[in-house]
Amino acid sequence: MKLKLALFAVMMFGLTVLTGCEPLTVLDPKGPMAERLASDIMLTMLMMAGIVIAVFAMLLFMLVKYRASNQPADYEPPHIEGNPWVEGILVGIPIIIVAILSVVSVQSNYIVESAPTGYEDKEPLVVYASSSDWKWHFSYPEEGIETVNYLYVPTDRPLEFRLYSHGPITSFWIPQLGGQKYAMNAHVTTLHLAADVEGEYMGRNANFSGEGFAENKFDVTAMSQEEFDEWVDEVKDTADPLTEKKFEELLEPGHLGRMTFTGTHLEFSPAPEHHEKGDKYKDGHEDKKKHDNHSASKKESSEKEHMNHNE
Amino acid sequence: MEFFERFAIPHPSIAIYASMVAAGLTLIAVLAGLTYFKKWGYLWREWITTVDHKRIGIMYLISALLMLFRGGVDAIMMRAQLAVPDNKLLDSQHYNEIFTTHGVVMILFMAMPFIIFFMNFVIPLQIGARDVAFPRLNALSFWLFFMGAMLFNISFMVGGSPDAGWTSYFPLADTDSVGTNYYMIAIQIAGIGTLMTGINFMTTILKMRAPGMTLMKMPMFTWSAFIANVIIVFAFPVLTVALAFGTMDQLFGTQFFTLDNGGMAMLWANLFWVWGHPEVYILILPAFGIYSEIISTFSKRNLYGYKSMVASMVLISVLSFVVWAHHFFTMGQGAMANSIFSITTMAIAVPTGVKIFNWILTLWKGKIEFTTPMLYSILFIPLFTLGGVTGVMLAMSAADYQYHNTMFLVAHFHNVIIPGVVFAMLAGLTYYWPKMFGFMLNERIGKWTAWLLSIGFLLAFMPMYVTGLDGQARRMYTYSESTGFGPMNMVSFVGAAIMAIGFVLIVYNIYYSVRYASRDISADPWDARTLEWATHTPVPHYNFAITPEVASSEAYWDYKKKNHELYKGDYEKIHMPNNSGIPFVMSCIFFGWGFSLIFSLWIPAIITTIGIFVCMTLRSFEKDHGHYVSVKEIEDTESELRGA
Ligand code: HEM
Ligand SMILES: [Cu+2]
Ligand SMILES: [Cu+2]
Repeated sequence: MKLKLALFAVMMFGLTVLTGCEPLTVLDPKGPMAERLASDIMLTMLMMAGIVIAVFAMLLFMLVKYRASNQPADYEPPHIEGNPWVEGILVGIPIIIVAILSVVSVQSNYIVESAPTGYEDKEPLVVYASSSDWKWHFSYPEEGIETVNYLYVPTDRPLEFRLYSHGPITSFWIPQLGGQKYAMNAHVTTLHLAADVEGEYMGRNANFSGEGFAENKFDVTAMSQEEFDEWVDEVKDTADPLTEKKFEELLEPGHLGRMTFTGTHLEFSPAPEHHEKGDKYKDGHEDKKKHDNHSASKKESSEKEHMNHNE
Repeated sequence: MEFFERFAIPHPSIAIYASMVAAGLTLIAVLAGLTYFKKWGYLWREWITTVDHKRIGIMYLISALLMLFRGGVDAIMMRAQLAVPDNKLLDSQHYNEIFTTHGVVMILFMAMPFIIFFMNFVIPLQIGARDVAFPRLNALSFWLFFMGAMLFNISFMVGGSPDAGWTSYFPLADTDSVGTNYYMIAIQIAGIGTLMTGINFMTTILKMRAPGMTLMKMPMFTWSAFIANVIIVFAFPVLTVALAFGTMDQLFGTQFFTLDNGGMAMLWANLFWVWGHPEVYILILPAFGIYSEIISTFSKRNLYGYKSMVASMVLISVLSFVVWAHHFFTMGQGAMANSIFSITTMAIAVPTGVKIFNWILTLWKGKIEFTTPMLYSILFIPLFTLGGVTGVMLAMSAADYQYHNTMFLVAHFHNVIIPGVVFAMLAGLTYYWPKMFGFMLNERIGKWTAWLLSIGFLLAFMPMYVTGLDGQARRMYTYSESTGFGPMNMVSFVGAAIMAIGFVLIVYNIYYSVRYASRDISADPWDARTLEWATHTPVPHYNFAITPEVASSEAYWDYKKKNHELYKGDYEKIHMPNNSGIPFVMSCIFFGWGFSLIFSLWIPAIITTIGIFVCMTLRSFEKDHGHYVSVKEIEDTESELRGA
């Protein structure tokens, strides 16, 4: 473990030097999830560097040693079919490497899909993050507030994002806190993150979603729990309530700056969750192509999608 | 929309008008030239109606080279747009259309026909056959591909290009724009051609090998092409179905991939990648086959580990169908599903590694000659290895949460597809050029090209690994200065420009060599090892006067070195198929059919549908049993070719 950490540090340093001064975003983690991913990335980089060097060395050796100009004119290369031993080794080593990586990969899969390690005893902050053309809506159901295009989160507490989309498939990504996940129209996906360090981070939609895609990003600020609570109180005191009409306006395609509201749109336009009762989910896609039988029950359709969807 | 509005140029700009004028002038020049030199008849008789696999191959080659430049111009425009932060060269919509058409054109209308060119030109010669199993179907395949490509290419002038990426994910793609219609229908038409090619070549390889050529004596390119064709036959029907669903959604209001009424957007993604992942192996396996031929020829040695080469390709073909979900690890399918697809994906690295080591071991104890095709093959090994290992990195499904949708991915797939497929195409082109045209391409210019492309490639794509890890998402038409992506993207642009010079050098090389290269070369200028070099150059339309008999996987080499007898027996009359105009006419009708559907012109759509059936009916009742080449004609041709 010590060794791995040391190697990790060396590689980080190398990459940092290589690319100027600041570390690459993905390799500059600020939370446990992103840390795990960064260390996976460094581990694979190291192992892969080994393979690349081996291949380069073998190739160079062959090219230098067996070039025609290095050999007598009458040299006739032999006919060699292959050798079970040589081929066995050349299959065996990759199999071992792939096996090791498979173990790491499977472990990491379970780690990123569950609550962050080290925070198990803490209650997660649930945030519904939904995208529309080309904005992000963040609903804090427990706090009863909603923001557009910016996100405040407390540090040292698990964050549970419930993702969905009012339009095309998008991908919710805050590289320094963890990896991305799709936000889709008909159901909710869950992404677990956590922030260890206070600071400002970049968040964006990573999945191409049309004309306004490049600016489809948001600011993330991680702060202490006290500051976060203060902010929530302040919003409740000062912000306007989010009405259904206002929300419909927000869904219109276009860009908006930061916005803050009390209440959430989940109250009148719930997320397409599995067991939600009275789901009168609106897809905000009315401006797109209309089909004749458009008006059939939305609820029924979103449930049907779910049954066919491999979750 | 108003009737004429639909056909309007969607995003009028100087660039588009300029390219329209250029396209128009080129067309006029070609038509005028054909008329002036009285070549219409020649063109019709010798090319448009031809069923000769060699000529069809060359037509695939010409189309592929044209599309390489179309896709290349798109690439340069994208890199120019991204070269500096906040660039205003292109607007968002234009950029979106460009990367979409770039992807589609490069994969489907450039790399595919290039690979099919090799299959057409080389396979019948390499297995000692006179033609493919279904020559007329082969012509139809080509013309369908060609019409599909042309239909797709006019989209930026008539009605608007698709703009939802080459993956065309729904529901983003599901809009009123005609771009998605173009995507669905043009690819469908070309795809049907490809599916028929797959069936044709599978049959050809299974049924038409020369006597003595057992499966395990087939040359490696034929093996690789065989497996690629099996993959085509299994994968392309999925695309056909997916595109048909998408078309019906677009035109008839069905709800397969829509947001409402049970439509499943992720169903499209699944179907697309069930075809899409095998598709990349359809491209890369024949490329591997070409490298195998070239490396063994210029090492003056047999291919190391023939059996493990075959086994690894069979294994890859199976695995290629069980990894598709690695394209959406991030869609929330759960740790279990991700683990399975992560492991199957990484498993492909093993057989691929076997192949790389086999090529390196083919150099072992060889006598390596650094010709241009060999230079490409040698550059391929390290460059492709880089792309392969980053593929393993992407296969780590959890880590892919950080790579997905970023420039890291763009770097990776260009890193496998350019050294893997494009270099193989250029190596093979240089290698087979003398067999096609009777003169060599200039070696000096060829080597310059190879080096320029490699250096340009590294400069263009290595920075993307870095910016990807720094958080640059793919398909962003611009970024702000504060992201710090600027310098790396500038390097990338310089690299792309160097590659562009490389591609222009290829044209120059062809021009130069047409003018100055010696015509006085043997039919076997590289001292090669397989049967295609045993024919004359130019290859007579019947390929082999006497069907060769084969006793080893390097039939021609053993004929030269071990006195294996290739031609036993005497000349006999040869049965050959007749030319036919139907494939061309039918494909033209398909073009009209596609165009009518794209713009919902129902009356022409019905007429052309009937036209297609009429062509098929005509063909079914036609009594055309081909013709015989007489012994006299064979003798004359052979003695003339031998004398030359
Ligand atoms: C010759 C130099 C090339 C350059 C400079 C280049 C550059 C690019 C760029 C800048 C993108 C868009 C990245 C983004 O913003 O997402 C792209 C996408 C793509 N390229 Fe290339 N490319 C080249 C060659 C090729 C070749 C040879 C192929 C395939 C045979 C290819 C296949 C693709 C595909 C499939 C995409 C994805 C399109 C999409 O996102 O829908 N490219 N390329
Ligand atoms: Cu679901
Ligand atoms: Cu894939």
